[in-house]
Amino acid sequence: MANPPSFPPVPAAPSAETLSIKVDGRSIAVPKMMPDWQGRLQPTTMLQACQAAGVEVPHYCYHSKLPVAGNCRMCLVEFGTPMMGPDRKPVVEADGTPKIARSVLPYEPGTPRGAIACATPISPGMEIYPSSPATKQMREAVLESLLINHPLDCPICDQAGECKLQEYSVEHGQSSSQFVEPKVHKPKAVDLGPRIMLDDERCILCTRCIRFTKDLVGDDKLGIVNRGSYNTIAAFPGTRFDNNYTLNTVDLCPVGALTSKDFRFQMRVWFLKETSSVCTSCATGCNITLWSREGRIHRYTPRDNDAVNASWMCDQGRLNYRWIGREDRLREVVSQRPGGRTWNGALKAVATSLAAAKPGSVALVASARQTTEELFLLSQLAARLNAVTDSVPRQGEADGLLVNADRNPNMTGARITGIAGETPGARLKEIASGIANGTIRTLIVFGEDVTRVGIGAELLGKLETLVVSDILPNATTKMAHVLLPGCAHAEKRGTFINAKGRVQRFLKAVEPPGNARPEAEFLEELLALHAGAEAGHIRAFSMESLFNRMARELPGLSGIEWAKLGDGGAPAAV
Amino acid sequence: MNTLAVPPALEAEIDELISHYPQKRSASLMLLHALQEHFGWVSKEAVEWTARKLDLQPINIQELVTFYPMFRQTAAGRFQFKVCRTLSCALGGGHALHRQLCEKFGLDASKHGIQTTPDGRFSVEFVECLASCGTAPVMMVNEEFHQGVSPAKADEIVGGCR
Repeated sequence: MANPPSFPPVPAAPSAETLSIKVDGRSIAVPKMMPDWQGRLQPTTMLQACQAAGVEVPHYCYHSKLPVAGNCRMCLVEFGTPMMGPDRKPVVEADGTPKIARSVLPYEPGTPRGAIACATPISPGMEIYPSSPATKQMREAVLESLLINHPLDCPICDQAGECKLQEYSVEHGQSSSQFVEPKVHKPKAVDLGPRIMLDDERCILCTRCIRFTKDLVGDDKLGIVNRGSYNTIAAFPGTRFDNNYTLNTVDLCPVGALTSKDFRFQMRVWFLKETSSVCTSCATGCNITLWSREGRIHRYTPRDNDAVNASWMCDQGRLNYRWIGREDRLREVVSQRPGGRTWNGALKAVATSLAAAKPGSVALVASARQTTEELFLLSQLAARLNAVTDSVPRQGEADGLLVNADRNPNMTGARITGIAGETPGARLKEIASGIANGTIRTLIVFGEDVTRVGIGAELLGKLETLVVSDILPNATTKMAHVLLPGCAHAEKRGTFINAKGRVQRFLKAVEPPGNARPEAEFLEELLALHAGAEAGHIRAFSMESLFNRMARELPGLSGIEWAKLGDGGAPAAV
Repeated sequence: MNTLAVPPALEAEIDELISHYPQKRSASLMLLHALQEHFGWVSKEAVEWTARKLDLQPINIQELVTFYPMFRQTAAGRFQFKVCRTLSCALGGGHALHRQLCEKFGLDASKHGIQTTPDGRFSVEFVECLASCGTAPVMMVNEEFHQGVSPAKADEIVGGCR
């Protein structure tokens, strides 16, 4: 199976037709058909039915976005079906209810026979017993078997705290093992690829990693070698497990077998705070969780969103977080204008010089890495000054999976606010020549190093006023007359609009360094100061009201509200 | 990457084998048998060659080679002693025969799997049932089948290996 035509596949809606079944004695109507791993409708499985009934069925190898393998046996459940008489009519009890035949071993009718819930379709009148003593016993047996050769090195295992083996052992296991023989030893710290380390002893052979890389990524690199209790996950000798999606196997791995070289032994997961965010590495806008502690980001992991990234993200995007904590982050306001190196002084100085600027003598370059709200405020500023604006395109190659050719997270935002035109970057030349011939005297730059896109240091030197806001130092920030330190996405709230026009909200995980402030906050102040407001009489910043005001004013966003965006975002008509 | 020198006659035979199956992949085991018969063992290059031949990834073939003990991942000796250890032979002296051969060749009988003398002349290994339970213990030396192998007969067989 090669890559599905669209990635990730959009799950079909469950069928309207339902089947009546019982889960733990409770009647429930569940859709007859539900989407499978590729989003296509297939007969509903017992596992899906239990989920619909709100009953959790433990599982290792099953994953809603991977082909069903049915090898871990953890989802075994006891079940029964309506008994049929010789006349093929349902047999009824004295009270008129259908008599249920519990599934039993054919050669041992007293012993319940479980079925794997992940691969067994439901049938009309079926009764599933996910909490029965027989089901409990099956789970205990499976867990005991899985732990036979497991090293139980939880104290030093990276998965500790988010390990299904631990969780299910607590919920469904037993406290002792009958196993007294020496454990089988398998390869440890196997260097599987540039970003992945494998501990074969911890592996429970669920094959999630194999199926993911083969069936979703199309890079058939992993397999199970050797036999019986010596079974190990491996790549072919001399080959590396190296595609742009390998780190998803670390998330998929229900145990501590596959670990991320970037994250292993860095932090115990229970110390980390989770914040919903959006990846900034391209226009796909994969939904992510930021894991932070004490002001430091420790990892990104993908967050489920079927409209964007399913459960996945690329390795490149996932590892693109270290810049947030860089030592050389811009921390302080720098101003060569009267008013001093304080936010109030600097913003006032900027407002004053902008008020004095001749209409049409101002240009503005804002990054498509800024939030939609920031771009909106900048576009309002530009409109007042009759400024020519643009953004900077970042083109790469799309990979047919999650990586978009547009490597800016918010070019859609830059476009709908009017900061960028139909062809982003087309007006940069105009700005450069405007500075060269002296018509443009003031340049405002947000989040870009314009010296790399044709507006060199020599041109910047000719400007009367250069106002720059950025996160990290570059050749443009060095020349700024007023430098306003901004925030990384992890340090503020805001939205990006992805390539498909989905407005996605991200939240604040950590504090910005030094005196850096969220751009939207100080831009609103600047706009107020420019309009003549007195410092100290500007109303407090509110992201909610800014977003809602923006949504009312920008045509494509009508009807969208901050509070309704939720963690999954909302489609805009852009 | 080293490539395997497959002679044209063998490749023709392999192409013919593949034609027996509706899906190329189904011919994997037959190809491995053919290659092992020719080269004596299945090298890494042979695995890669097979994968290329069948439009598969090397790991798909490696799974098979490491699963089935009949495929050798190292070269075996000039004379390969396969001693049966399934029930009848185990009861009838298969283990004693195995030990006798190992001692004669200076190999460690307690080691798992196939063992080969440093000069590459002799290999000894246990195999499962050779289908002659009434004449235990039995063994094969290369393609030759020996039944009721007493210690004296074993010495004689070894003596005949030149």
